[in-house]
Amino acid sequence: MTDRQDNAGRNSPRLSLHVPEPRFRPGDTVDFSHIAVTEAGAQPRPDEACEASETWPLCDDLIRVLGDDDHAHGPWNPRLSADKLRELLRLMALTRTFDNRMYRAQRQGKTSFYLKSSGEEATSVCAAQALDFDDMIFPSYRQQGCMIARGYPIVEMVNQIYSNRADRLKGRQLPILYSARSVNFFTISGNLGTQLPQATGFAMASAMKHDSRIAASWVGEGASAEGDFHAALTFAAVYNAPVVFNVVNNQWAISSFSGLAGGERSTFAARAVGYGIAGLRVDGNDALAVYAAERWAADRARSNKGPTLIEFFTYRAEGHSTSDDPNAYRAKESEAWPLGDPILRLRDHLIAIREWSEERHAEMDRELDEEVREAQREAEKNGILGHGLHHPFHTMFEDVFEELPWHLEEQAAQAIRERQIKWPE
Amino acid sequence: MIPDEEPVTLAEAPARPMTMIEAINDALDIMLERDSDVVMLGQDIGYFGGVFRATAGLQQKYGKTRVFDTPINECGIIGVAVGMGAYGLRPVPEIQFADYIYPGLDQLISEAARLRYRSAGEFVAPITVRSPFGGGIFGGQTHSQSPEALFTHVAGLKTVVPSTPHDAKGLLIAAIEDNDPVIFFEPKRIYNGPFDGYYDRPTKPWKDHADARVPEGYYSIPLGTARLVREGSALTVLAYGTMVHVAEAVCCEKGVDAEIIDLRTLVPLDIEAVEKSVEKTGRCLVVHEATRTSGFGAELAALVQERCFYHLEAPVERVTGFDTPYPHSLEWAYFPGPIRVGEGIDRLMEA
Repeated sequence: MTDRQDNAGRNSPRLSLHVPEPRFRPGDTVDFSHIAVTEAGAQPRPDEACEASETWPLCDDLIRVLGDDDHAHGPWNPRLSADKLRELLRLMALTRTFDNRMYRAQRQGKTSFYLKSSGEEATSVCAAQALDFDDMIFPSYRQQGCMIARGYPIVEMVNQIYSNRADRLKGRQLPILYSARSVNFFTISGNLGTQLPQATGFAMASAMKHDSRIAASWVGEGASAEGDFHAALTFAAVYNAPVVFNVVNNQWAISSFSGLAGGERSTFAARAVGYGIAGLRVDGNDALAVYAAERWAADRARSNKGPTLIEFFTYRAEGHSTSDDPNAYRAKESEAWPLGDPILRLRDHLIAIREWSEERHAEMDRELDEEVREAQREAEKNGILGHGLHHPFHTMFEDVFEELPWHLEEQAAQAIRERQIKWPE
Repeated sequence: MIPDEEPVTLAEAPARPMTMIEAINDALDIMLERDSDVVMLGQDIGYFGGVFRATAGLQQKYGKTRVFDTPINECGIIGVAVGMGAYGLRPVPEIQFADYIYPGLDQLISEAARLRYRSAGEFVAPITVRSPFGGGIFGGQTHSQSPEALFTHVAGLKTVVPSTPHDAKGLLIAAIEDNDPVIFFEPKRIYNGPFDGYYDRPTKPWKDHADARVPEGYYSIPLGTARLVREGSALTVLAYGTMVHVAEAVCCEKGVDAEIIDLRTLVPLDIEAVEKSVEKTGRCLVVHEATRTSGFGAELAALVQERCFYHLEAPVERVTGFDTPYPHSLEWAYFPGPIRVGEGIDRLMEA
């Protein structure tokens, strides 16, 4: 294709294509002073039953509760008991401990893949804690904190990660793509964004049946670019569905920064305005703000006031997964992140209100470490990935359909024959 | 329950002539009545009753939360249906034309088809996606396609294509009751009459057709069972949808003693019916309206040669649409009509 040279006669510049670029690349000095860190407690809290438009100023704000003084401020303070605060702290710390141990297990060759939620623990743990237990969670892939927050046995999670004999998913799913109906946690797809319209549909069904359950879904800011996001929010708005959409804006989708999902032009929360639904933009590293915002949206949904879009503004403190090296594409941003670490901030708050101490924290960490090690040991009794065939070959063909059709019967027979040839005993 | 009442066979049940649209409407009506978890959603299906009238009167009868209109977003229609299924409903989404199903493919292929498998049975997608398909109505590229092979290729989906009002009702009821996701393609050319491929002859209504006598009330036809349209010994014709009628008409015109099998369900396929017939006749013609390359006919031809090779007296013959988009003005040049089917039969019989 040749360049057109005949722009003459038009007094206008040539077109140019904008390809977004993050502020910092490896080697750059990181300066996050452009990020407006709002004053904790300064954001108004409208009534849950308000008009959606009353929330829209909050889409360009940042709801914060925990201040630099480690105290809780303002109308969004959920005023949780010290016991509840310690529970949130413990669940977040358990999630991080679990992540660190499973990351290491992958590096030790015990499984093929792992994916941590470091720095984002509040967005799953505290949000899930703000829901009712029987509200259905439609997660993306970095919401292990939701399962932990609902008390799902971590030994089961390790079994799944190892695809071992005890894996309830029969070794069919990539590690961390859990399904846990027992704690109302929907099966994780791995295809991005598909859970969003499903959450809307679940919520619509609950409303059709005059139930009280709502749905809550999580998606990264990167996958909010998927068409499913638009489908989900359009349907949710049209039918006033009792659903909460949590956009976890952790700034990075593998190597693509949030600008490639449209984040240069507006906040992700501000998309609520176009759909005419409530929207909140929340400090995702502030455990109390996360809890309060999710609770606000859940209460709103449960009282038939419709959907809410929440943006949790946070930071992916580590790589995308065990298959990723963020040093190849991003600068050393993690230490400079202006909103801190969700676990340390809640710890410091508890200490500031004299309900916790460095010593108790260290003791808790020791306990959690032992708890996770014990779960891991327990799971390893059921085997690890690649060591032995944990699942009968026939299970590969089950659950494709409710009943096995003839062609799968035949293929199952072939697979079993191959097994007998390779392992005659 | 009346204990002293003798059970009647389907053939003996009270019946009345219906078009395929009326039969589909009747099936939907019955399932809405029988099962409060059945809901229907799609573009224009509510107050208006659907662009082909398949859902006429159902919103008025069952209310707006059982039968309702949706935004123009196929990803959303199927995606929310999957979520409703996870809740415990039995949704019947309509995609207004099969040509418009593609924005919903990820929700069908990656989600509905795999929920049971990936969750080891914790979650299922008992949804039935109804969609008018096939050409012959001057619908051009965007209202004529037959994309069944895209769905038969997907593990975890069932694909059904009825060819008569009688079967449309029974198969649709079975599809809705099925706990797996079913793609239910309705050949729109035969919604209102059994089109035999002779487009230049007067159209016929369903009322004179034997298979338009639709039993009243509830019945279902198990998925995975083919229908023997007519017995014969010279060759086997495997067809579904509109092409069943075309094949039947051509065989009558030519006076060839063909055995015609209406597959009705493509997945799961009634392989026994196929094998039994081909082993008897030794010749097999595979017919579909969809494009040729990688069409479902290729699968059928492969199965027949794998399983019936030593009974075959001629290569399996395929008659299909051409590998082009469905052309508007040249619709009848595209359509695998009597000439193309007739030539296929001739080649088979001369081999």
